[in-house]
Amino acid sequence: MSAIADIRPIPTAGIAALREQLSSGHDMWRSLDEIARTAEFLRFVEAEFPALADRLPSRLDRRTMLKVMGASLSLAGLTACSKARSIVPYVRQPENVVPGKPRYYATTLSSDGFGIGAVVESHEGRPTKVEGNPDHPASRGATDAIMQAAVLTLFDPDRSRTPLKDGEPAAYGDFLGDMAALASRLAGSGGLGAAVLMEATTSPTAKVQVEALRAQYPRLKIFRHDPLATTAGAQASMALFGKALMPVYRFDRAETIFSLDADFLGEGPGRLAYARDFAARRRVRAPNDSMNRLYAVESTPTITGAAADHRLAMRPSEIEAVAAALDAVLGDQANSTPSIVDPAWMAALTQDLRAAGAKALVVPGSHQSAFVHACALAANAKLGSVGSTVEFIESPDEVRSDGDLAALCSAIADHSVDTVVVLGANPLHTAPSDLDVHNLFSELKLLLHFGLYRDETALHAHWHAPAAHELESWSDSRAYDGTASIVQPLIEPLFGGKTIHEILAALSGRFDADALALVRQTWKALDDTAWRKALRDGVVPDSASKPVPITMAPDLGGLQHHPVTANGFDIRFVADPWLRDGRYANASWLQELPRPLTKLVWGNAALMSPASAERLKLENGGIINIAQGTSNIDAPIWITPGHPDDTVTLSLGFGRKIGSVATLAHGYDAFRLRTSGANWVAAGATIVAREGKAEVITTQHHQAMEGRAIIRHTSLDGFRENPGFVREGVPRMPTESLYPDWNYDEEAWAMAIDLSACIGCMACVSACQSENNIATVGPDECARGHEMHWLRIDRYYSGPIDTPDLFFQPVPCMHCEKAPCEVVCPVNATVHTHDGLNAQVYNRCIGTRYCSQNCPYKVRRFNFLDHQSFDKDEAGPEQAVHNPNVTVRSRGVMEKCTYCVQRISARRIQAQIENRDIVDGEVVTACQQACPTRAITFGDQNKRAAKVVQEKSAPHNYALLEELNTRPRTTYLGKIRNSNPKLAQLGEKTDG
Amino acid sequence: MPQVFSKSANGVARFVVWATCAALLLAIVIGIALPRSGFVTGVGQAVAQPVPFSHKHHVGQLGLDCRYCHNGVETSSSAGLPATEVCMTCHSQLFTNADMLAPVRASLASGHPLEWQRVNSVPDFVYFNHSIHIAKGVACETCHGEVDDMPLTARAHSLNMGWCLDCHRDPQPNLRPPQDVFLMHWKPPDDIARIRRSLISLLDIHPETMTDCYVCHR
Repeated sequence: MSAIADIRPIPTAGIAALREQLSSGHDMWRSLDEIARTAEFLRFVEAEFPALADRLPSRLDRRTMLKVMGASLSLAGLTACSKARSIVPYVRQPENVVPGKPRYYATTLSSDGFGIGAVVESHEGRPTKVEGNPDHPASRGATDAIMQAAVLTLFDPDRSRTPLKDGEPAAYGDFLGDMAALASRLAGSGGLGAAVLMEATTSPTAKVQVEALRAQYPRLKIFRHDPLATTAGAQASMALFGKALMPVYRFDRAETIFSLDADFLGEGPGRLAYARDFAARRRVRAPNDSMNRLYAVESTPTITGAAADHRLAMRPSEIEAVAAALDAVLGDQANSTPSIVDPAWMAALTQDLRAAGAKALVVPGSHQSAFVHACALAANAKLGSVGSTVEFIESPDEVRSDGDLAALCSAIADHSVDTVVVLGANPLHTAPSDLDVHNLFSELKLLLHFGLYRDETALHAHWHAPAAHELESWSDSRAYDGTASIVQPLIEPLFGGKTIHEILAALSGRFDADALALVRQTWKALDDTAWRKALRDGVVPDSASKPVPITMAPDLGGLQHHPVTANGFDIRFVADPWLRDGRYANASWLQELPRPLTKLVWGNAALMSPASAERLKLENGGIINIAQGTSNIDAPIWITPGHPDDTVTLSLGFGRKIGSVATLAHGYDAFRLRTSGANWVAAGATIVAREGKAEVITTQHHQAMEGRAIIRHTSLDGFRENPGFVREGVPRMPTESLYPDWNYDEEAWAMAIDLSACIGCMACVSACQSENNIATVGPDECARGHEMHWLRIDRYYSGPIDTPDLFFQPVPCMHCEKAPCEVVCPVNATVHTHDGLNAQVYNRCIGTRYCSQNCPYKVRRFNFLDHQSFDKDEAGPEQAVHNPNVTVRSRGVMEKCTYCVQRISARRIQAQIENRDIVDGEVVTACQQACPTRAITFGDQNKRAAKVVQEKSAPHNYALLEELNTRPRTTYLGKIRNSNPKLAQLGEKTDG
Repeated sequence: MPQVFSKSANGVARFVVWATCAALLLAIVIGIALPRSGFVTGVGQAVAQPVPFSHKHHVGQLGLDCRYCHNGVETSSSAGLPATEVCMTCHSQLFTNADMLAPVRASLASGHPLEWQRVNSVPDFVYFNHSIHIAKGVACETCHGEVDDMPLTARAHSLNMGWCLDCHRDPQPNLRPPQDVFLMHWKPPDDIARIRRSLISLLDIHPETMTDCYVCHR
């Protein structure tokens, strides 16, 4: 039985009814099911873990009963049988390695080819946790979910372990033999007929090597295939400035921001830095504090739109018209065409932008057309913000290419290329559907593939060679602002993989090349001291690109607005936020991490607005056929409030046929609908409803705290009038309690979460999973509501169904001072500690789940199954990812957020050895450390000067469900939006 | 009607009653004593090692400091076992051809580590930290016993939870000045009671916080 199949459908006529209901002021809602009170929603409200009975046959016969009982009896008492084992010391202990003490190394992880600095924790040579590098401009100490999963993909047992010749395992020596033959052939012909297909990379060493290859083999062609590439920005830059420049935004200087379909908080190589700067300008603690204001027009709901003060949903093909209107208004031209945006909205926006002047910023979506980019650039120029909030730099170290995959395909078709070396890319999965890559690649004389996985291309190739993981490689990389950093290995290649530098060297005929030597050669300007410092710090000093002065061509460089007149639906392709183009599809952490807005896990769906679904008479999970050009796919729909009408959002990355984890996921492969010309937006698609429903797994109903003032929010003006708005209209906290008070003579750990800063990016959830050895449970268990994340981010809507406001709220354990969980445990397995933590003692827990039942916040998780094997032989290489300082839990045990008690203990022990107090800011929880916007503050509330005390003393600090007298240690700062009062007067909701 | 039971049945019945009582008593005594005996806890049971390393010789007779081999003990959770190289710092000069040391030489030559058998161990869900105990004046010999008298190393205490808690509830009787923690056969000075009281405050020891579950279980 699936979670979705038994849903009482929202009556199709019901969306109209829901709309009615919402207009009459239902304040916060999680999903349409909640407003409609569907069986699906109620099931999860009434029982936190509803489907326990699902596991048993409907009528338990005597035989099954005995079997079940027998199994539980035979399993009882088998715990705690541990035999003394051997201890294996080093033969030669490496200098500075002390067993039991983790070491930290700075390295760089790649994101769409750009580098983001990381500091990786290593236990006796085993990398277990990724943190951000505070010294790296693209990280600034923060990470995202994908970076967290780097350690998981490192130990992925599905990784390619051996070279393959025609799909059969072969020796690396044989591979090198064939490479030698290829190299001598290339030397003879000057590279004629051969091509290299590369992924996006900013590695200076790779650039040097490719240039050397070009010099060595003048006729060799270099192509680039990057399914997530966006080229419009470079086109617009060429048209306007005559050279391809990259913008670097300075959100720290921006007062008024207008996003033209740009998801700058969730996409792009500078997202973590942008999110930090953006949120830093939204920290309001006192009525005199100011805030930036974000207007967003977007073609699919994103976390940037959710953070916006004013958001409009537009069809992707209409964004150009908005850009044209903005250009016209700022240029004081009479706008001849009727604006598709509400004139009052546009007027408010332009007035704000003009008022901000050099502190205004217009950001175009990277996937949008060159025209939109040009309009945004022109708007910034007119406002005077170029050089202030936006700077331009030369594109960092991009490898010069002779074209994209389409160019390679036409070269193969006209027989000018018969040998292709694919470096990292997986074109057989990610190619546009109008390119017949499979057949064209079959015609090749020699196809070599180099990659992490035995993917579609690897199995089709004559030769496949395994790649080394980022955490096993020497390389280098550049960040969004051009800052260079070194990629240094944390571990020897587990499966004998090679780096791209070694393969490029082999192509040039050097088979003994060492990646470290190649990278060191690139950075020979650094002497040994400077090199070691660059390795230690994780950045090459002063390597950021200098801003280039620009002169604008008039008239948008000749770029024109092309109104789209196609009928039918617009398709908006997006990369899945975690799986990207599918390269991370085998990482179970990422599959099971709910998508920020839809909360979908283990699969994707076609996102659609309520109005479009209503027109098609479809409900959640209903299957549609989407036809575009010559291809079509079937996909289940997911009704997404705030989605533009007549538009469907399809996400790339799912529908993989290879990989033990990837194939568990549901979902469609959107690459099959993507064509070369329309990488991100396609118009004129036909959508037909089909019979049947598909399972779409969402966590949005799980752990609901029904109908209470959970999110408290106001506008900036509302805050100034009434800073204590969070106390309005909510029940007061009782002052007396039946339970005796605890004494907190030492520390009293506490957390404050700023809802104005939280952008819902889910980095904290992923970091928590990595730090605390949290198991993934798979799609079926997720559908039952059994996911194990200790920290969840609840997403709420408020306001009308078509244009709701969005709110995110991270919910970890509240660590109540009067904890309801503690008093109901029959075996004292959840206890209060001297510093106010609710400790969970796994070994005492007998799994009654009373504590979870009694927890008003629904933050406890129960291990229904043995999700992680304790048998070291059976557990496979992925057991190496576990944090050695956290217990791996077994079946039948309750678990929950511990405030990262292992980190508290480690810092306390260090402080105690040094005979001092723990300094404020010394203990950093995993969620806090990962957060790009510093929304989470943690510390000792017994210290008056502690940052967490300052946060909690803000007037808009409130506790969840405080009327229950649980006295939570985790509190929230109410959400403040900087709505434009003029738009509020026009009837737009300001309080949301 | 004849008697069903003969006269001797009384004796049999008495015997059965008393024997049952005795057997029960014995079972209780065994049930209490066995888990505490060295047979189960391993206390006093020397464990066979690949090299019959003698703490008695190295510590008791030669006077090596604990930290020469267990060098993580002051800084890390794990005290650490010496790398083969550490053994060979001396044994490249002394007893270079001793048969007993053949596995050590083989380890250095081949690069394969020596596999010592665990003597002291706690379950995986116990996060014991050596460095904090050393810093707070809990001596090596308090838990590991007088290893300088052990030709082959044996467990000195059961290391079970009750034993740990005895000290976590009331650490005072087991404290000594931190500079003395590596000494063997330490003789407490006469005013030890006063010293221990002052150590509790000097070293900032809070016994009331030391029985929180998460101190050892995370």
